[in-house]
Amino acid sequence: MSSQSYSKSELMICVAARLFQDGTTAFIGTGIPMLAAMLAMKTHAPNLVPVFEFGGTGAILEKLPRAVGEARTFHKAIIASGICDTMETAQRGFIDYGFLGGAQIDCYGNLNSTTIGDHDHPKARLPGSGGGNDVGSLCWRTVAIMQHDKRRFVPNVDFITTPGYLSGVGARERAGLPRGSGPVNVVSTLALMDYDSASFRMRLVATHPGVTVDDVIANTGFELIIPDRVGTNEPPSAAELRLLREEIDPERLYI
Amino acid sequence: MEILAQGKGELIQPPDLEAFREWNRTQKSRKLIDKLMTEQEAVSRFVYDGCYIGTELYGTVRCPMSLTREVIRQHKKDLRVCGQGVAELDLWLAAGLVKKLDITYIGLEVYGTSYALRRAVESGQVETCVEWSNGAISWRMKAAAMGVPFIPVRSMLGSDTFNYSAAKVVNDPFTGLPVCLLPALILDVGLIHVHRADRFGNAQIEGITGFAFEMARASKRLIISAEEIVPTEEIRKYPDRTIIPYYLVDAVVHAPFGSHPGEMAYLYERDDAVYREWIEASKTPAGAQAYLDKYVYGVKNHHEYLELIGAERLKQLVEQRERRET
Repeated sequence: MSSQSYSKSELMICVAARLFQDGTTAFIGTGIPMLAAMLAMKTHAPNLVPVFEFGGTGAILEKLPRAVGEARTFHKAIIASGICDTMETAQRGFIDYGFLGGAQIDCYGNLNSTTIGDHDHPKARLPGSGGGNDVGSLCWRTVAIMQHDKRRFVPNVDFITTPGYLSGVGARERAGLPRGSGPVNVVSTLALMDYDSASFRMRLVATHPGVTVDDVIANTGFELIIPDRVGTNEPPSAAELRLLREEIDPERLYI
Repeated sequence: MEILAQGKGELIQPPDLEAFREWNRTQKSRKLIDKLMTEQEAVSRFVYDGCYIGTELYGTVRCPMSLTREVIRQHKKDLRVCGQGVAELDLWLAAGLVKKLDITYIGLEVYGTSYALRRAVESGQVETCVEWSNGAISWRMKAAAMGVPFIPVRSMLGSDTFNYSAAKVVNDPFTGLPVCLLPALILDVGLIHVHRADRFGNAQIEGITGFAFEMARASKRLIISAEEIVPTEEIRKYPDRTIIPYYLVDAVVHAPFGSHPGEMAYLYERDDAVYREWIEASKTPAGAQAYLDKYVYGVKNHHEYLELIGAERLKQLVEQRERRET
């Protein structure tokens, strides 16, 4: 274990990176997911196939992309196509993972990135779905990456931009969403969560070093399932930190 | 088919396929006509108040920014706009040109939520926001490109994005499963920036194609801006790179660095300093106005805009570009 200090985002990126599996396909959104994918490809998942929504598939990520359409998303890629192709690839069941963010999340993993308050007279107008709704609808497994506080982990999101498990067990299938798809993990600034297989409600898996279970509960606006055994996430290793700081984000845009 | 659910959003641009076919028959010449013109002429002839308009790709990547700025200079107003956008739709919103939005994403990417969007929507200046996903809006153009009235998809289902869209859910008559139907989107005007085109409008793109293929085929009027104008023989050497054939195109504008401050794959890097200048300026109405005064109203055309940016800066952006492996 490293005795070095690290930032919250560095830890979050490392915990997210460890979720990527080698030899799988993953839809990558702007921000932390890009750093996590790069870190995974430089460590345990060199054969990860990153998919960016505007057409870049299978890029070698040498420089950190800052947007889902820029040339870095198809650097030495295997195909540079367009958004209909990438979304249809997900719709056919070819995309294993999707990494997403949002302003709010509820216990079923529904995400809001559209409006705070009433839609037609919003307190805050946020960017909107982008590719989020498609990723959350069509990828096999989705992972949300979130700041962890009570304003963001809420009992009910103001607007379901991107479907998680909607109202619970069976709701995705009843709505017509692809069978067997849905959220599997949340990586937050405090902890790693998954979903209880019986109720599809969010469950704590492991806290970040220095964070207690009570800290997580106090910062969550809904009842989080707390299992008997809660683990602790490994802090970033010296190797992970070196890769993040020297190779992945030397300009320190995120870390 | 029984309608199981329908979004409450307005269908801002109802598709009329017979009118679209008739338009394509009578208004789109198959003759090789020289369509090269200035951005001033192209925007003045083909963009009009109240039109339904879209841009492709988006703000920081292969975006028709020189055309976007010209639309503001000519103060085309009450625009009904589809998209996803970054700096381009931000500028239109800040300039007060947008009346209705089929919105998928308008934001500042890593820099967060758009100040111009917040002001325009929260003040009620934009009358309507109808919600769609990026996939959905592209598939709506694909349906128009196919010449069919709607397209069934498995996205949007169960969400508020659907509830505030103008889509419908029906039971698929073949399998019985619920499926989302997206109405075809036929644009009055499309603006697309490409790497190279000939004078007739045959256009080629390098790298990802975003939704250029679909938008070009879904637009009644299409303005192409191009980094380079090439002889048709160059197009014919690599027909596999042609995304847009000439008969779809109404105007061709020569716009080197036309995506600035966005990037252009293999040609130049994005100008983050100018992009950040917009983000900073757009925090207040006065700041946004000052930016528009400097970069849009303060220059007569794209040529003067490039002089303002400066040759030295543009040369740096070329040097910093992503290169192809050779």
